[in-house]
Amino acid sequence: MSVENLDALGDYIEITMQPAILKKEIAHGELMFTIKRESLKRFISFLLNDANCEFKQLSDICGADYPDRDERFDVVYNLLSLKHNFRIRVKLHTSENTPVDSITSLYSAANWFEREVWDMYGIFFNDHPDLRRILTDYGFEGHPLRKDFPLTGFVELRYDETQKRVVYEPVKLQQDFRNFDFVSPWEGMTTMQLPGDEKARKPKIGADLPALDEKEKKIG
Amino acid sequence: MSDSNENKIRPYTMNFGPQHPAAHGVLRLVLEMDGEIVERADPHIGLLHRGTEKLIEYKTYMQAVPYFDRLDYVAPMNQEHAFALAVEKLLKIKAPPRAQHIRVLFAEMTRVINHILNITTYALDVGALTPALWGFEEREIGMEFYERVCGARLHANYVRPGGVAQDMPAGLAEDMYAWADSVQKFIDDMEGLLTNNRIFKQRTVDIGIVTKKEALDWGFSGPMLRASGVPWDLRKSQPYDVYADMNFDIPTGTTGDCYARYLVRVEEMRQSCKIMKQAIEKMPRGPVSSDDGKVTPPSRAEMKNSMEALIHHFKLYTEGYHVPAGETYTAVEAPKGEFGVYLVADGSNKPYRCHIRAPGFAHLQGMDFMSKGHMLADAVAIIGSMDIVFGEIDR
Repeated sequence: MSVENLDALGDYIEITMQPAILKKEIAHGELMFTIKRESLKRFISFLLNDANCEFKQLSDICGADYPDRDERFDVVYNLLSLKHNFRIRVKLHTSENTPVDSITSLYSAANWFEREVWDMYGIFFNDHPDLRRILTDYGFEGHPLRKDFPLTGFVELRYDETQKRVVYEPVKLQQDFRNFDFVSPWEGMTTMQLPGDEKARKPKIGADLPALDEKEKKIG
Repeated sequence: MSDSNENKIRPYTMNFGPQHPAAHGVLRLVLEMDGEIVERADPHIGLLHRGTEKLIEYKTYMQAVPYFDRLDYVAPMNQEHAFALAVEKLLKIKAPPRAQHIRVLFAEMTRVINHILNITTYALDVGALTPALWGFEEREIGMEFYERVCGARLHANYVRPGGVAQDMPAGLAEDMYAWADSVQKFIDDMEGLLTNNRIFKQRTVDIGIVTKKEALDWGFSGPMLRASGVPWDLRKSQPYDVYADMNFDIPTGTTGDCYARYLVRVEEMRQSCKIMKQAIEKMPRGPVSSDDGKVTPPSRAEMKNSMEALIHHFKLYTEGYHVPAGETYTAVEAPKGEFGVYLVADGSNKPYRCHIRAPGFAHLQGMDFMSKGHMLADAVAIIGSMDIVFGEIDR
């Protein structure tokens, strides 16, 4: 069996890996699976080794934070199959205290990507050979891409002339952080009708009068 | 000195960078050395980390575009291109044909000037000064094209979701066409200095060999992948904009060493010139940005006459447009490799999450296995051949 298009591939993976999958989605011409956290390694190694998939390249791993959810983090894997020219996205949910299996044994490239996710979100990876911070400063505290981490951060640094070294201090802002929220108040008001709004729907002279619904009649 | 004395030399750790001209920016490389031989290389990155992804979450889609210039500041427009394509995918709009041709034209021009900078500074790393002096002259001409089209030499902010910021000024297409020819002369000259140069070959041939399997395993892309003999280019395999209409070849290497990567880049420059010419020849007339008034701002002239245009302009530059909820991973073939944008929109006017997949990040990760067993000076050659720019790696 060979798969010609993304739909067929999606169906094939869905049938074969049924117990691991929570959700299948095809949007914007991209195939996405949300899977159970425990079956990550099995699922990815299937994608890597199956003759119809052969996702030999790991493009990217990244995290995403949805603080309202029970398991607030997403870990997103983007894989690429050079042989069949497909991309696939695999997603799983996790929380601050739930580790995710590392896939460094399947893709060497996962090493730094997972380090970055750990650094940015504090998602822990089991069996990672070298889970250190990667992008933030030496001795940095916190995980900056979490939604509850302020944009301005907590510490700032400067070179101190008297001590002849770089010193770290709490952030001092000269003014409050300004979040320009320009979301229109007008477009939000769809449930309410102001006097005069009905004119926008006034039919042109000579055109057939459309029937007003009950709600509009009352206002009119 | 007797043998016993020599045996006493223990492996020692050495700091390479972060302030070293051959580190191409702020790379701190902790090298464990056995004499002159590198046993382990541990790149420490993040010294140029600016939190781009976090900042983008706090900006509207239009305000996010300039951040992409500042990632790989050697090839700004290719990255804007990736972001524009990602946003367009979520908005379900398409740039008009003229804009698509302009984008391709500038993406390829950028590829040429990116490779000029990479190859020549690479040659500088391994001891040749002249190519860099010659190359900067050509690169500067490319920058002038940037300046003419958008007013800035580096941080273009030109490729916008829905099209490009403005049409090309009169005469620019002709000048770029002429340059696409004349830069070939420079490429020939540069090749004359390097390709058969004995010293250059001694420094690069058989250095930092990456096999096909390793290249795939480590997530390599772009010239790094092609030099290892994998004929893979997103412009061919997953064409975006008008690349499908362009006629060009994908050069691949056979040996996967530093020299092969150099040769692949040189040939890519020639192919890019070919694409530039085709893009200019095929470029139709017409609008340069989407006709969707809710996404692209109106022209200045329109604003003087139309109340609606004025309101749109005001709303687009304050609130910005709303992108329907959804997510996408969109990648382009940037000069350095696959540059991807993973964009999550939640229906508001700001991206919920924007992850940037930088090719250099994956390449630099391979530094350890590539430099193992090589001399210290070869580590420099390997860094040069990877074409790393810290703007994109550290983000």
